[in-house]
Amino acid sequence: MFDFSLLTEWIGNFLQETLGLPAWLATTVECVGVGLALLLVYSLLALFYIWYERKLCAAFQCRLGPDRVGPWGLLQSFADMFKMLIKELISLNHIDKFLFALAPYLVILASMLAFAVLPWGKGLQVINFNIGIFFLIAVSSIGVLGILLAGWSSNNKFTLIGAMRSGAQMVSYELSIGLSVLTMVAFAGTMNIVELVEAQNNLWFIFSGHIPAIIAFIIYLIAGTAETNRGPFDLPEAESELTAGYHTEYSGIHFGFFYLAEYLNLFIVSGVAALLFFGGWMPLHIPGWDGFNEIMDYIPSVLWFIGKAIALSFIIIWFKWTFPRLRIDQLLTLEWKYLLPINLFNLVLMVLVIVYNFHF
Amino acid sequence: MAELKDTIARIFPEATFEDGHILTVCIPDEKWHEYAKILRDNTDLGFDFLVTIVGMDWKDRLGCVYYLTSTKNNSHLSVKVTTDNLENPMIHSVADLWHIAGIFEREVYDFFGIVFIGNPDMRRLFLDIDWKGFPLRKNYDESEDNNPVSTENERQSDYTDTYVELPDGSVEKRQTRVFEKDDFVVNIGPQHPATHGVLRFRTAVDGETIKKIDVYMGYIHRGIEKICEKLTYPQTLHFMDRMDYFSGHPYHHCLCMTIEEAAGIEVPRRAQVIRVLMDELSRIASHCLFIGTFCMDLGATTMLFYTLRVREQILDIMEKTCGARMTFNYGCIGGVMQDLAPDFVADVKALLEVLPKNIKEYNKLFTGNVITKNRMEGVGYLSKEDAISWSVTGPSGRASGWACDVRKTDPYSIYAELDFDQVVKTEGDSMARFKVRMEEMEQSARIIAQLIDIIPEGDICAKVPKVLKLPVGHWFRTVEGCRGTFGVYLESDGSTSPYRLKLVPPSLTAAAAVDHITRGNKIADLITIGGSLDYIVPDMDR
Repeated sequence: MFDFSLLTEWIGNFLQETLGLPAWLATTVECVGVGLALLLVYSLLALFYIWYERKLCAAFQCRLGPDRVGPWGLLQSFADMFKMLIKELISLNHIDKFLFALAPYLVILASMLAFAVLPWGKGLQVINFNIGIFFLIAVSSIGVLGILLAGWSSNNKFTLIGAMRSGAQMVSYELSIGLSVLTMVAFAGTMNIVELVEAQNNLWFIFSGHIPAIIAFIIYLIAGTAETNRGPFDLPEAESELTAGYHTEYSGIHFGFFYLAEYLNLFIVSGVAALLFFGGWMPLHIPGWDGFNEIMDYIPSVLWFIGKAIALSFIIIWFKWTFPRLRIDQLLTLEWKYLLPINLFNLVLMVLVIVYNFHF
Repeated sequence: MAELKDTIARIFPEATFEDGHILTVCIPDEKWHEYAKILRDNTDLGFDFLVTIVGMDWKDRLGCVYYLTSTKNNSHLSVKVTTDNLENPMIHSVADLWHIAGIFEREVYDFFGIVFIGNPDMRRLFLDIDWKGFPLRKNYDESEDNNPVSTENERQSDYTDTYVELPDGSVEKRQTRVFEKDDFVVNIGPQHPATHGVLRFRTAVDGETIKKIDVYMGYIHRGIEKICEKLTYPQTLHFMDRMDYFSGHPYHHCLCMTIEEAAGIEVPRRAQVIRVLMDELSRIASHCLFIGTFCMDLGATTMLFYTLRVREQILDIMEKTCGARMTFNYGCIGGVMQDLAPDFVADVKALLEVLPKNIKEYNKLFTGNVITKNRMEGVGYLSKEDAISWSVTGPSGRASGWACDVRKTDPYSIYAELDFDQVVKTEGDSMARFKVRMEEMEQSARIIAQLIDIIPEGDICAKVPKVLKLPVGHWFRTVEGCRGTFGVYLESDGSTSPYRLKLVPPSLTAAAAVDHITRGNKIADLITIGGSLDYIVPDMDR
């Protein structure tokens, strides 16, 4: 399997030795390069996801979906995004202008930061942290701040209700996400993302972790759907109740930021699920089947990761286009009365599995 | 009817009687409130259902005609209360006896300027608070200078008037607040995705819990009743498609029936069958749309497309015969406009084939879902007594255990010969209202299946004079529209156009009951409840 660290090391050597740059300058150039690459991938993925969801939703609803712009409508979301870019940013009176403008950047910043630490492929990692997964959870929580600010600063009752719902919802479901991640961290014995992936070399955690891993996966998927404010948990922007919830008053690219971040969060949630339960970029390996394992290794690691993430997103999108929306009290009941106790119990179960070596 | 007349004459010695299709009792205003209480509570009479209040201007006096029905005895009565005071007309309110009377009286006040003593909320219902004059009075000044088109924002007041009768007989006007002073009032509508049109709820909330809702109507008020007074009878028909625009056929049927009854026209059998077929087809189409939009309100967008598939099929059938998909204008006085399209029978049979499969699919995808159950079961409970008192008819009323299907209680056209069940549920919650409609689709399909093979040959329209004049008199007919009891009150002075045409839509009462049903529920439940009551705004506004 191709190791991308060869490529990154070559770039480092090229900058420092061939061009003779000092170390600090080389690092700066690398950072800028990585940042640009991430931005590009970020926006392309978001555009792809918009198209992907529209196509899927159309299939569920016996429609065709976008099919006019480009082959299979692939360029539709590019056209939409271009339209959004050139739209006017409508300035409102009686709002907190600074916070109103800051909010979308906070939201997109949070998802950018979380996006950056995902394991893209073998050796393809922005930075190799020893607390990688912890960092990811920490930065993704900044997003709720942006949403609260957006709802508060808009000076609109609908946005305020949307933001309050969102706050209650995201803070609650962060617990479930945290606990199910903790379960898997306990199983792997590391928070380092690279090591997490390497630990799944023989068998993905969802298989090796027995029942607690499956429970953790299901809880993670539910909580992740809630965390991204997607149906059936899309209360903060329930359009039949609150028109558009916290981003009602936004226009142009500021709205676009919320929109992009929402789709990217979908990718991030499925990416983390892929990392924790389905081996990240690790190909499907079955102990004892060496020939099969070798064939699997021929598929590039980047494709493995993105493929898994998209496949998991399919499930989350499927939720949205099948289920009706929950009510706020039912949503909180689900979290505090069911998911949280199950999760704590599951953690104990996982510890028992580890201690008594029940896992594969 | 004679028995009823005797009973009432015994209890109310002052009352005078007019005979007609429905017995009319004239009661003096001073005794009205007292007698109304007896009419409602006396076990022999038991008139607990107030169908409508028709405001009237007879030029020399103003007044109201109250249409009452007893749900136990299935008897009907109309009560006439008049006042000679044209400058400052006042009648006693019965808002404390029938809940819905409060809204009906506001409508009469809006159009006739009759003040109701004792009504807690005497504001205009449909028109602006700045409106000058009372439009349905015969001496109303229609010139544009009187009510110019406003370029200002709509004004609204946080206060409402009540008129209280003091012990010495004089009447005092008092002002009260609509909401309490510190209420957090959220404005839902008129532009809002879940109000199903331009309806506005001013909602006082405590967190997410609803304290009170004040309904604002009239954003698409077109004054159909006023316009009809200047049109000939055939010209009034097409407005019926523009009220409940999702299912125009039953409304057409009702107005045609009223005019035919007044003119003494016998409708050919073939036309009767076609009318019933169309009514039931539009009932299926309308309920399909209800299920779709209701699910969409709850966030299950996909269901809309599944139900629209069936609705499309029905609209295609209608288009072939009526030439339109929404405003059919198909019924006419004496029958129907055109004959059925040649492939009508085949198309309807194809529909009957796919319908059961589709209903099964809806139940599989939506009804059994655990989130659906949580959102709908026990939400928006309406008891049978309240349903009657708020006059919530149609499927919503039947979900509360009130068997109010006009096709059964007061059969019209050929419904008496048909074999079908009235769907009644007793839970009274949103789920029951949803299920009643789901099952009504099956019953409608049953009716269609009985008729589709035996459509008789013959004329589609009776001979009707070119210039139609109705005799002097008044008539009131009701039909079972797709959303509830639809009634037409027609008063004729012998000319070619109606003296007064009052339309009684089911959506008005459903929207009026929203406040009562939603109190103490969550904002999200307002959407569920509003969706499950299935009101149509052009219908309530007229």
